[in-house]
Amino acid sequence: MPIVEIVFYLFSAVLVVSALSVVTSGNPIYSVLFLVLAFFSAACIWMLLEAEFLAIVLVLVYVGAVMVLFLFVVMMLDVNVTPMKEGFARYLPVGLLVALAMAAQMFMVIWTRGLETQPLPDPRPADYSHTRELGEWLFTHYIYAFEIAAVILLVAIIAAISLTHRRRPGTRYQDPAEQVKIRRQERVRLVKMPSERTGEG
Amino acid sequence: MIDALLTLSWTVAKIMMIVLPVTIGVAYFTYFERKVIGYMQVRRGPNRIGPLGLLQPFADVFKMLFKELIIPTNANRFLFLLAPVLALAPALAAWAVVPFSDWLVLADIDAGLLFILALTSMGVYGILIGGWASNSKYALIGGLRSAAQIVSYEIAMGFALVGVIVLSGTLNLTGIVHAQSGNIFTWFWLPLLPLFVIYFISGVAETNRAPFDVAEGESEIVAGFHVEYSGAAFAVFFLAEYANMILISALAALLFLGGWLSPFQGMPWIGDTFLGAGGIHWFLLKTAFFMFLYLWFRATFPRYRYDQIMRLGWKVFIPITIVWIMVAGVFRVTGLVGG
Repeated sequence: MPIVEIVFYLFSAVLVVSALSVVTSGNPIYSVLFLVLAFFSAACIWMLLEAEFLAIVLVLVYVGAVMVLFLFVVMMLDVNVTPMKEGFARYLPVGLLVALAMAAQMFMVIWTRGLETQPLPDPRPADYSHTRELGEWLFTHYIYAFEIAAVILLVAIIAAISLTHRRRPGTRYQDPAEQVKIRRQERVRLVKMPSERTGEG
Repeated sequence: MIDALLTLSWTVAKIMMIVLPVTIGVAYFTYFERKVIGYMQVRRGPNRIGPLGLLQPFADVFKMLFKELIIPTNANRFLFLLAPVLALAPALAAWAVVPFSDWLVLADIDAGLLFILALTSMGVYGILIGGWASNSKYALIGGLRSAAQIVSYEIAMGFALVGVIVLSGTLNLTGIVHAQSGNIFTWFWLPLLPLFVIYFISGVAETNRAPFDVAEGESEIVAGFHVEYSGAAFAVFFLAEYANMILISALAALLFLGGWLSPFQGMPWIGDTFLGAGGIHWFLLKTAFFMFLYLWFRATFPRYRYDQIMRLGWKVFIPITIVWIMVAGVFRVTGLVGG
């Protein structure tokens, strides 16, 4: 077996096991960490397909930023796990049904593409730059899709901020400009006093 | 099969050739730090072990290794021991794409700069997990502070690097250095001066060093995320922090000060002598300069207040970088710099 296949199956196994563990592990912190591992293995598999730009961006955005915030939030929550486990048996049939439906959908999508194995694309020459190619396609052929995606993201950011950000009355804020502008003379008054002669005796 | 094994062992040898000097560099960086800060505070620093105290780092290392590794009760044992490793691994792996000179690089990959950004952004997991797994309030607060700070400053840092990418037109670190070729005034520090300053300050914040070291903040939260760590586990955190500092310094040298290029390159008279030739010594000198800046900052600046750290990152640095990316674009399009 060529080494590429060994590596592929290794990372796939890690990916599948960690994705399952996200759901099955009892501790939310472990769930988040397993999700990180799943992202990382997926990035490694993309790297095998020579999509290095996508792989690194997956790590950069999801592992490096999104999951850190996830972990940040989960760590601050004091989740009591026992009540969450109680409904497991009751919800199991519904969960299985949803899982089956999703599996069927995925199967149908793959079925239309043909189930026979697809050959690996020929490896590109060493000086081939995926990043450059991707950039050129994005900014020429797919420029409208790219711009629309950017505008949608911008709208989402503004909406998220305007929904969550509100000034509560009674909250005190500091004005850094004022703080920086302060000079010593405004805060401390040095009083010059003549030295007094102590009383005699 | 033999071929594959040979390649593997040669690669491992090359990795050792990078990891060992980095580790020794870290050891002497700590010595250097204590000496420099000592002299800045009019005292001598370590001078007992070996001539001039030069064996002090090894004494420290052995002291650390032989100390007992205490795991607090109710700490998550597995994550507690995993955290230092998670902090160290990205700090060392990022060195794979750093070009030390024209030809001396382990992996000359196309998206090198992105690779480094991705790996440095993963270093926060070690701190965050270590802080949580210790089962200590101080450690948790330190970990949370560090996470918030690193995520905030990563944006400014990434934007500062976008300016470099715009001018050089490549993500490959060797290519970025080649794009600065000329003389000291064609290096990117001049056209990208605001980004250069922001990059290094964000780098100091990313590595949790003074004046942004609120993750440790010994006056408020004892020692922050590593308060429960002792012995070898603490040493690994220490190693990761210093390896990251050296990495940030090396990157600043590569991206803004022309890496291994000589400052006298292309100048009349001097440029023709050995001083004009590029080489690893220039790279090391520039890196050492930035490493010295770290120590200088630590010796001179008081610690930032936490809300002001956030303000500086979000409200000052990010707007400036966005504006300067536009300026870099104008440079590029008009052909003034780069292209």
